[in-house]
Amino acid sequence: MQNLFAFFLKYHFFILFVVLEIISLSFLFNSYSYHRSLKYNVVSDASGSLFSVSTSITNYFSLKSENEILIEENTGLRNKLKSSFYNPDSTADYKDSLYQYISAKVVSNSINKPNNFMLINKGHNQGLENEMGVISSFGVAGIVVGTSGNYSAIMSLLHHNTRISGRIKNGGQLVNIEWPGIDYRLGKVVDIPSHIVLRQGDSVITSGNSLIFPGGILIGTIVNQEINANAELSEATLKFATSFNTLKHVYVIKNKNRAEQIELLEESSDE
Amino acid sequence: MSRQFFRNIIRFLLLVLVQVLVLNEIKLGGYINPYIYVMFIILLPVDISKSLLLTLAFILGLTIDFFGNTLGLHAAATVLMAYARPGTINLFFSNLEFNSNEEPSLQRLKFSGFFRYVFVLVFIHNFTLYMLEVFSFTDFLYTLYRIMLNTLLTMLLIFITMFIFNKKSN
Repeated sequence: MQNLFAFFLKYHFFILFVVLEIISLSFLFNSYSYHRSLKYNVVSDASGSLFSVSTSITNYFSLKSENEILIEENTGLRNKLKSSFYNPDSTADYKDSLYQYISAKVVSNSINKPNNFMLINKGHNQGLENEMGVISSFGVAGIVVGTSGNYSAIMSLLHHNTRISGRIKNGGQLVNIEWPGIDYRLGKVVDIPSHIVLRQGDSVITSGNSLIFPGGILIGTIVNQEINANAELSEATLKFATSFNTLKHVYVIKNKNRAEQIELLEESSDE
Repeated sequence: MSRQFFRNIIRFLLLVLVQVLVLNEIKLGGYINPYIYVMFIILLPVDISKSLLLTLAFILGLTIDFFGNTLGLHAAATVLMAYARPGTINLFFSNLEFNSNEEPSLQRLKFSGFFRYVFVLVFIHNFTLYMLEVFSFTDFLYTLYRIMLNTLLTMLLIFITMFIFNKKSN
């Protein structure tokens, strides 16, 4: 017993070091797996409000460009209004919309890590839940992975677990979008059937096949395609529509029928 | 003791605030992020108890993780760096006599000594951080390039801060 005690006394520095490293690394590796990163829950109102104070100051520097972006977007939306069309189709008169958009401000954002997250100033008090889609004025931005009372953590597209179901706008092929890391402007389009030849500037939009994003939201544009004659699937580089380094405002998409859709999927997979 | 105690608490808070609110928000070319907060560990008294040193490093790392959404990453790197600190001091400055509660300083260690001491610790910290983050040896040279660049930038910031605060105290 005395020997054991002497052992601990002699090596306490090393033992404490090993214990602390084990604790840190187990935290870290738990947050690495996809499901854990979706259940991600270290968001707190404390860290959120600290970032809010700092962004409320720094936001003034970008007011002008932010305004221009919002005006552009408003113009686009006005063009889509029913009253803007000469002869509206009376059958397409939806009483209830399927998706509801909730605006939020980005209070913290990173782009230079292998896995990037954002913090926004709306949380479950405002109706946000995990696995809701997040878009910017330009296109897809990320997915909600954790909520506290008034703040939410967003897994940005710049994350190694990103896998968004997309569609080539010009042709309609289904593809998947990933982020290979390194450059915050460029993503990767995978699972393109090899006979499809893409041109520079082709748009990639959300497919609408997931419960997270409605179809038709821009993800990015093709930069170049790498065709491998032997493989069945080819890959392409994509320039994200959202500029992550200047992101200030986002919209969270609430799918009102999500619960119903999930229930139906679970029922049919049970059988 | 108490003056030094409060000075360290204030240093801890200021470094965390600067790190989280300023440095983590600056996106230099998208891939460099200096970590000035390790200065807290570098400047702790030379004769601080080893277990206190590790515990403080763990708390500091977790605090940075808490604000950066990287639970455990900075804690692991900072604890390893703190573990290497007593050995590094012994290696470089075994010929120096330190007073009780004396903090490593430019005056005592001279520029070259202080540079070596800071370089070893900051490099260990950055190396651990990037390797854990990337978690693969593909593109190792590119990762190493980022580690070196980030180490040098962190050191530059630490030295600038040291010069500013040294002038004030003289």
